[in-house]
Amino acid sequence: MPAPYSLARVAGAALPHDSALAHCTGEARFIDDIAEPPGTLHAALVLSDVAHARLLGLDMAAARGMAGVVAVLGPGDLPGENNVSPGHKPGEPLFAETEILHWGQALALVVATTRDAALAAAQAVQARIEPLEPVLSIETALAKGDLLMPPMVLREGDVDAALAAAPHRLQGAFRCGGQEHFYLEGQICLAVPGEDGDLLLHSSTQHPTEVQHIAARVLGCDCNRITVQVRRMGGAFGGKESNASWVAAAAALAARHTGRPVKLRLSRRVDMAVTGKRHPFLFRWQAGFDATGRILALDALLAADGGHVLDLSPGVIFRAVTHALNALAVPAVRIDGRVVRTNTVGNTAFRGFGGPQGVLLSEAVVRQVAHALGMTPEAVRARNFAGGGNGDTTPYGQALDGALIRRVWREAEALSGWAERRAAVDRFNAAHPWKRRGLGSFVLAFGISFGVQSMNQAGALVHVYADGSIRLNHGGTEMGQGLFVKVAQVVAEVFGVPLARVRITATSTAEVPNTSATAASTGSDLNGWAAHHAAAAIRDRMAQAAATHWGVDASEVAFAEGEARAGNHRLEFGELAALCHRQRVSLSATGFYRTPGLHWDPVALRGEPFFYFSYGASVAEVEVDTLTGEHCCTGAWLVQDCGHSLNPAVDLGQIEGAFVQGMGWLTCEELWWDTAGRLRTLGPSTYKIPGSRDVPEVFEVRLLADAPARAETIFRSKAVGEPPLMLATAVWNALADAVGTVTLDMPVTPERLLLAWGERDGIGEQRV
Amino acid sequence: MSAMAAPAMIAFRLNGEPRLLPPETSPITTLLDWLRGPAGLTGTKEGCAEGDCGACTVALELPDGGRVPVNACLLTLGQLHGRALRTVEGLRGPDGAPHPVQATLAACHGTQCGFCTPGIVMTAWTHATEGGDPHDALAGNLCRCTGYRPILDAFARLAPEVAVAAPLPSLPAAPVLRGAGQVFHRPASLDALIALRVAHPEAWLLAGGTDLGLRISDHREQPALVICMLNVPELAIAAVTPAGLRIGAALPYRDLLALCVAEPGFAPLAGLLSRLGSRQIRGMGTLGGNLGTASPIGDALPPLLALGASLRLAGPEGEREMAVEDFLIGYRATALRPDEVIRDIWIPRPAEGSLFACEKLSRRHDQDITAVGLSVALTVAEGCIASVRVAHGGLGPQAARAPGAEAALAGAPFAAAAFAAAAAALSAEVTPLDDLRASAAYRRQAAGNLLRRLWWRWSGAEAA
Repeated sequence: MPAPYSLARVAGAALPHDSALAHCTGEARFIDDIAEPPGTLHAALVLSDVAHARLLGLDMAAARGMAGVVAVLGPGDLPGENNVSPGHKPGEPLFAETEILHWGQALALVVATTRDAALAAAQAVQARIEPLEPVLSIETALAKGDLLMPPMVLREGDVDAALAAAPHRLQGAFRCGGQEHFYLEGQICLAVPGEDGDLLLHSSTQHPTEVQHIAARVLGCDCNRITVQVRRMGGAFGGKESNASWVAAAAALAARHTGRPVKLRLSRRVDMAVTGKRHPFLFRWQAGFDATGRILALDALLAADGGHVLDLSPGVIFRAVTHALNALAVPAVRIDGRVVRTNTVGNTAFRGFGGPQGVLLSEAVVRQVAHALGMTPEAVRARNFAGGGNGDTTPYGQALDGALIRRVWREAEALSGWAERRAAVDRFNAAHPWKRRGLGSFVLAFGISFGVQSMNQAGALVHVYADGSIRLNHGGTEMGQGLFVKVAQVVAEVFGVPLARVRITATSTAEVPNTSATAASTGSDLNGWAAHHAAAAIRDRMAQAAATHWGVDASEVAFAEGEARAGNHRLEFGELAALCHRQRVSLSATGFYRTPGLHWDPVALRGEPFFYFSYGASVAEVEVDTLTGEHCCTGAWLVQDCGHSLNPAVDLGQIEGAFVQGMGWLTCEELWWDTAGRLRTLGPSTYKIPGSRDVPEVFEVRLLADAPARAETIFRSKAVGEPPLMLATAVWNALADAVGTVTLDMPVTPERLLLAWGERDGIGEQRV
Repeated sequence: MSAMAAPAMIAFRLNGEPRLLPPETSPITTLLDWLRGPAGLTGTKEGCAEGDCGACTVALELPDGGRVPVNACLLTLGQLHGRALRTVEGLRGPDGAPHPVQATLAACHGTQCGFCTPGIVMTAWTHATEGGDPHDALAGNLCRCTGYRPILDAFARLAPEVAVAAPLPSLPAAPVLRGAGQVFHRPASLDALIALRVAHPEAWLLAGGTDLGLRISDHREQPALVICMLNVPELAIAAVTPAGLRIGAALPYRDLLALCVAEPGFAPLAGLLSRLGSRQIRGMGTLGGNLGTASPIGDALPPLLALGASLRLAGPEGEREMAVEDFLIGYRATALRPDEVIRDIWIPRPAEGSLFACEKLSRRHDQDITAVGLSVALTVAEGCIASVRVAHGGLGPQAARAPGAEAALAGAPFAAAAFAAAAAALSAEVTPLDDLRASAAYRRQAAGNLLRRLWWRWSGAEAA
């Protein structure tokens, strides 16, 4: 049985990231820092230079003849399947075969003795093509009815009747853009062949098991020949789930073909051209409401741009649809989620996974209803919070915690000093000739668990050596989020030893098999429990050994402060480990965990797909220059529910970083394609993520106090990776408030803001 | 020097120790490739290879103890010859303890994934002696994980360090470096530079290398021949007179910025230069390079046009002086002859009491390429605009003056109406592009609005 959270000492401490000092000295090794084995070859991708075409063939002869070139590999050179789909769906080739579906699509791989030789030869491979017309917008694809999967339609009540009966009706449309992950470390894999078909893949991946599966599929071999290992990634954010897998598969192919170690490292430019991004969305909606601001009916279309392949879009649209009402309860809804096919890169997982787009919908509705009724958006939102007489279940039937929703909002409102701030903003706006300030807020209820139920499992492997040192391994991956230190804290807590006794090790499919992606904010929840189970199994054996040694009952043995104790008996942890070894007690255990209680009917779209909800609230203040559209976030006040945090310092870092990343998505980060479908924002010089000056001048973050998770989570902590990204939605609301518009497309660049300012009197609610 | 002399080898000081590179080393290899490859120093990371993310930040140590952060991805080994360099591996103390910068950043939870961290550490290390606005220091370093707050906390806790002079060892003259079939000329006088320019019109002319370095680092070009201007004393001058500044074409922006901060009349130019690239870019980039590439955006070009700056061009026939507006003749085209180099730039000092502004619009405040640049210099006499020059960048094929806007302002009463008329004229007379930075419509409208905003400012309404 789980230890009560109140016992936590190491777990719950604000300890630094385990690699913090190694990061700062430059000694923390990333994959490109590993010394290359002798004879290592380098690979480079051949990319398409058109967005859509029939592919007639590749001319590789010139490239093959170039200096240093060892091999040029195309779709015909795969020993296994030409399919890198994460869901094993057809039509997701590693290399295009008959049709080019987006600009920058991988066509072939050049392997050479140096990276420069490979890059030069990749340029020399010519594709013979017949150009086809590309589809480049969501609207065009919708009009053609070209969907990557059947619509996912969430229904509750009779929305048509409720709309017809509502005292007031409004409609609206808006859009949000995609987002490049811009992990600082680009995609990379170093593939090292061993004997008899063995292959070790050093892959910068959030999902080593998927890398293993896809590499085995492409090579046509058993999974047991392939070991995937990763100590750390230089950022991932969802971009190293399915995308890391095909990059690694390409490196594996080259290593298998040449019999030599091969490194495939994508340059920033190539990385941004070939890897998927956050899905852009188009929203169209109609709502019915009454004079009090209560929303009675909502009928909405959420159209996601999936790009050219399905990839992880089913999960993204699931999360968008299930989060479209967010923390609100509306009695009659129809949320129609569609994933359209366009000739762009296949969009993929990105922190929030459809949630960030989904939660925009109800905010847009709230703003417009508030404007129509002369209310504040805050009043309309609160009028529709789940619970408190509004009904507390989501349209798919899972209960929300209405009290917690109201609490996080109250605390964020108070933290920001809302009323005084509102008055100050209004005074500023009345006085300034061309600048305007705005205030916005947001409240979040975000479901925690993978939408795919089978993924809600994890494994761990813990060894205690005879000197009492502990080696920890689990299926989670470290991408900077602090997972490794959190799980190590759990293990140290279980053994009652200082954190320094626990050695953190690289994630490897050889140590813990059949793992899930480290994603969906579930890393600590899943791997924390798995490691807890492994550690507890060893601790219980050690307790029995100590009990026998002392002649007491095992239940009397406690582990704390580096000792095992019972009554007046004491043994240093290492001495007990040595004793166990002498007495032939196993000091190694695996741990396994599966999230309890999840169920989901994928046809009816009903069930309880989430273990629990993460709640948060935010307030943002912005200042806008109405002559140029320049704007900045002058203040942000955030309250995030982390339950009983495993590590408040790590969690604070996740909250702040996610908020700034979300703000980047909503304001300054813009992917720009030309009319031929070529992405032109291919590096940090053209794709602008937030810099230090873009961080709000006043940035106050609170972890919700005294709020242990109600669900049986590890030490009653709660997930934190994704939810706070959505708290940046308050910035969008604040910008709309400053400009005095209700419709504001994203990203809200200076240009879009200036446009909105110019049209602020013309746009607004359209009464039906 | 004897024609039989052995070829010079690249020599510099790395983390306090002298390094002499093998003769086969190409002088046109980027420092980043050399560090991560042959040198085995993998602490310095490649994040973008275009001088924008800062993950490869290392520091030049100046003889006076100054520390200049630079992007290792944009710097060639040839440029490094004779200089002193510090990387993240060289910060630990003699006892092996981490430098306080490293310990502080770690203690402040300033790292998450850690990939940007070595670059941020090096920026912080230079900031410890250079000081100034932390945002200004961090403009050239991107972090995708932390949201910067803990990094800024660490910067706030850094104890300032006193610069310690570290004279460079004197090396034998190395007028030319060769390796791997590539040649890197390092002329040490203007005459030698011109002679090389005449002999090798096809060679790359390299000053700071922030533009050409991109072609090596990101585009992987391998030029056969480079002429480096960094060691030509005539091109490194910074002469101040009551009438203005004479700036050597190869003087780094870092030095020009320091001058503009200190010199009366140049504060608006200093404000603009502080947004030009980042500290890393300004440590290497030069005004001469900005003029030579004649980009249509031309960050520093609008102020030069607005102030009536001129250049001195030097060639085998001698020197000629030319106004900047005559020098810029079209899209990335200049009046520079194939055998000429830009020697220096004369920037007249704005008269006391005159108004001067250098506006820049970009998506992000820091380290972003200008979408609309607008510089205005004007004088007011007896309530009327006595003289005015308006110049823009990003609004057409080249940075240029705006005759329509100038006509609307010249002689008119110094009042809102004149600025409104000039704004309308400016919006009408420019021919901007639609591109990834902004649409033509936005650029037109915002350019005019910048003139309106200047009126608000100059008329004192900003105080609201």
